[in-house]
Amino acid sequence: METKKTSLYQLHQDCNAKFVEFAGYQMPIQYSEGIVEEHKFTRNHSGIFDVSHMGQLFIYGGEDLIKDLEKIFPLDLKNLKLNHSKYSFLMDKDAGIHDDLIITKTNEGFLIILNAACKDSDFKILKELLEEKYKMVLDENRSLIAIQGPKSSEILNDVINGVKDLNFMSGNLFTFENQKVYITRSGYTGEDGFEISITNDFVDQLTRELINRGSKLIGLGARDTLRLEAGLCLYGHDLDKDKTPVEANLKWAISKERISKGDFIGSDIIIKQLNDGVSKIRVGIKPEGRIIAREKTKIFNQSDVHIGEITSGTFGPSVNGPVAMGYVDNKFSKKNTKIFLEVRGKKHPASICSLPFYKKSYVKGVN
Amino acid sequence: MSEVKYSKEHEWIKLDGDVATIGITKHATEMLGDIVFAELPEKGSSVEKDGTAGVVESTKAASDVYTPVSGEVVDTNQAIVDDPSKINQDPEDSAWFFKLKIKDPSEMDTLMNKDDYDKFAKETSA
Repeated sequence: METKKTSLYQLHQDCNAKFVEFAGYQMPIQYSEGIVEEHKFTRNHSGIFDVSHMGQLFIYGGEDLIKDLEKIFPLDLKNLKLNHSKYSFLMDKDAGIHDDLIITKTNEGFLIILNAACKDSDFKILKELLEEKYKMVLDENRSLIAIQGPKSSEILNDVINGVKDLNFMSGNLFTFENQKVYITRSGYTGEDGFEISITNDFVDQLTRELINRGSKLIGLGARDTLRLEAGLCLYGHDLDKDKTPVEANLKWAISKERISKGDFIGSDIIIKQLNDGVSKIRVGIKPEGRIIAREKTKIFNQSDVHIGEITSGTFGPSVNGPVAMGYVDNKFSKKNTKIFLEVRGKKHPASICSLPFYKKSYVKGVN
Repeated sequence: MSEVKYSKEHEWIKLDGDVATIGITKHATEMLGDIVFAELPEKGSSVEKDGTAGVVESTKAASDVYTPVSGEVVDTNQAIVDDPSKINQDPEDSAWFFKLKIKDPSEMDTLMNKDDYDKFAKETSA
């Protein structure tokens, strides 16, 4: 299969991007300044991420759609306010995770942002679950960019007036060059920022205007170090079909109202795990010293018993040290528990720590 | 002091008497990206030509460092362990990795000179 290019491909090239193939797309892993500088620039200033490879699924409908989606997602969608967003997951009947996603209530229905590698299979699964009752569009004509970091609000507001008044995890329709753009105050870096859905024909112009005001394009490499420092999961690594949201320590994302009724896909397992506990759970892991423990690194307890595995691990530029997350036997998941990580045949000391590694600075109460 | 020689694994080596200083090339650092971790051989240990003698890690991945010749490790550069970003800044001089008392000077003859290495680097990265 030929790899696809996003509408910003030319701009990435103009900015000397190094490309990698990711989920069937040619995506920029980094630009000339490199991952560490790009990471720090996002934390201190403002970075733009091309996430157009992600799926933008529009589902059109009203009250019936809300009822049907509540059979799928563990969310209180009925009481979700218009233009507000929630983090959630598409699960199988055993509560294994098909994908993690952001769902937003719009005046025509819902917009769901899906991972690039999962979007086609998610579409099929949802179409089947919704029995083709609703119009569903996995929109290829729109691009998606994220602008993240402390200066982003000022920079974006200068181009699209009014965005600075959005609250975290809420959105609205705005206009740019007479085009409708849908903007939410959200992101995946642990910084304040926005995600902008805009037609492919205008994304290049918008991005260049943001760059002219001091923001910079940031590659997938820094996106990974940023999200890991923020303690956020990456599908296919920290989340997959063999893990449930409770095991992934994401029970905060499951609506309490829905748990009491329990009539969504996977609810039997979720309720059982919430009541009885889980055998393995996702934790933050801080290696001592500078050793980097990457995905698939084995974790041992102090008695040299294998108790789990790293699912994401790298060097955190803002933490200025190694950071990781993984799944361990629940008995060893308490904060500050001493563990050992096997890297290149040697066991290195580390400890269980709370997430995030880097403190968030989301804007909560603008209004 | 002899000329600097280069290996196919992207190490440089400079011989001074019977002591060789070894590091990784600028081309290697450009391929690796930001280096955030370095592990060096132990002082006093023996290393064999083309064997592993350390590790460097970028934000993306880990890579072995090989020794282009055999010998005994007589010194290591703690400065690059403490601050691995020095390797990106000055790879072919102050950010050397280790020094060897070499076992067999003829092993130097198997390595490339600068022109050949530059050509090799260009061909292999194309």
